Parts: sequence; structure tokens; C-alpha cells
Amino acid sequence: MTDSLAISKFTDLANPTRFLALAARILPWMAAATVMLFAIGLYLSFTTEGDYQQGLTVRIMYVHVPAAWLSMMCYTVMAVSAIGTLVWRHPLADVSHKAAAPLGAAFTLIALATGSLWGRPMWGTWWVWDARLTSVFVLFLMYLGLIALNRAMDDPSRAARVSAVLILVGFVNIPIIKFSVDWWNTLHQPASVIRMGGPTIDQEFLWPLLIMAIAFTMLFFTLHTTAMRNEIWRRRVAAQRRMAARMAGREA
Amino acid sequence: MSHTFYIAMSYAVSAIVILCLVAWTWLDGRARRQELAELEASGVRRRSAQAKDDAA
Repeated sequence: MTDSLAISKFTDLANPTRFLALAARILPWMAAATVMLFAIGLYLSFTTEGDYQQGLTVRIMYVHVPAAWLSMMCYTVMAVSAIGTLVWRHPLADVSHKAAAPLGAAFTLIALATGSLWGRPMWGTWWVWDARLTSVFVLFLMYLGLIALNRAMDDPSRAARVSAVLILVGFVNIPIIKFSVDWWNTLHQPASVIRMGGPTIDQEFLWPLLIMAIAFTMLFFTLHTTAMRNEIWRRRVAAQRRMAARMAGREA
Repeated sequence: MSHTFYIAMSYAVSAIVILCLVAWTWLDGRARRQELAELEASGVRRRSAQAKDDAA
């Protein structure tokens, strides 16, 4: 009795209808928090001093690093959701990784574009095929492949299962991206914030960077919750249309 | 080209991509909500909603 009660409570919490009610309640707050964090982050980004070597181009870091961090975090969120799809066969997990893929692709695109725009004045080149840049480019292609694969199948639960397997196989790329700067000799610099022994970056740049990273993360979760809500609605529309067609067929 | 050009371009690219994402999620949500409202208006309801109505 207690067991079944606990299970029903758990399923109730992960129920799509319950999710929609929760999303409606928290989305305005999340959006407001995102706007406020961006306002503070951008203010700090444009009022801090330039680097003694890089000059003002250090400001590119405040969008490049958070976007790059999100490109990896989004894939991790997708991998956790993929486990939810394969182990618990939960429809909300299917919706989660499907909704996250375009967001991940967009943030990876920002990381690649801003990195290139930073590389040109600092390295003297837009692009090199070093381990970090190449592995992030592969991540971008994987996002595009996953978007295409998930939308190529009509049956959403089958699409989710196939995508989930590919997401988990592709997860091997995430540690490769993170440690590429240590394992290989790259033009890209090694980690200076999340590293053993603490950040080596100056306080002057650390604060705007942290606030922009929190702002980007909040933006991601706001967009992800919205996209999940949209996907649930899309599935409901499809289900209701099928039901209407069946009813019309029975009447005819 | 000056450093300002690269900084401005970086922020512009990020802003454009983020605004596209926001517009996409917002417009997609609006379109789906409209479709659900149209279905509701034409008398098609979710099975769970029908069951509740029958019980009442």
C-alpha cells in the first residue's frame, strides 16, 4: 500500500499535465531572473578594464565561455534524459532531449562563432583544426544529426529511443572536449576557471564571467522548459487530431 | 580591423542567435496553444477531460 502510494506520487510529479502546471507557474519568474542576470552581467562586462595583453577583446570571453559551457551542459542534460527514456521509458524524458537539441546546437554555434571572432585578433587566424576546436565542431554536427534523426520518424517514442542510444554513444565526446586542451597540444588555451588548484583568472574578469555564466544557464533552463511545454502541446494536438479522425471514421 | 569590430560582432552574433531562439519558442508555443483552442472549440477533447465530464 505504502509502496504503491509512493510510486503514484512519483509518477504524478513526472506527469506531463503536472509539468505543464508547474511550467506555467515558474516560467515568468525564470524569464524575469534571466533578464535581470543579463542586465547585471552585461553591465559588468562593459565596465571592467581590458586585459594587459588582450586589451578589450577579453570582453568576448563573457559570451564565448558561457556559450561553450552551455554547449556541454546541454548535451549532459540530454544524456541524463536519454537514460530516462531507455531505463524508465518516461515520455517526459523523450520530450526533454528532443526539446534540448536545437538549444544545444544554437549555443554551440555561438561558442564557435565568438571563438572564431576572438581567434582572429588574438591568434591571427579565424580557425585551426586543433583538438578543442575540432571536437566542439563535431559536437555541433552531432546536435544537427540528432535534430534530423528525431524528426525523421513519425512515431515519437520510437524516435526518442533511437535518439537516446545515439545521444549516449555521443556522450564520449564531452570529456574529449573538456580535456582536449590537456591531452593534446592545442592553440586553444587550457582551462583557467574550472581546474584543479582553483581559477587562475583575475578577479576583475572572474565576476562578470560568473554572472554571465549564471545568466546563460538560466536562459537555457527557461528556454528548455518552454520548448518542453511546446512539445507536450504538439503531441497533444497530434493525439487529439488522431482521435478526431478515428471518431469521424466510425461515424462515416 | 579594430578590436571593437570583433567585440561588437561577437555580441551581435550572440544576440541574434539568442533572439531567434526566444522568438522560435514563443511563436511555437503560441501556435500550439491556438491549435489546442481550435480543437477544443470543435468539440475534440482529451480522453482524460472526457472521462471527467462523463463522471460529472
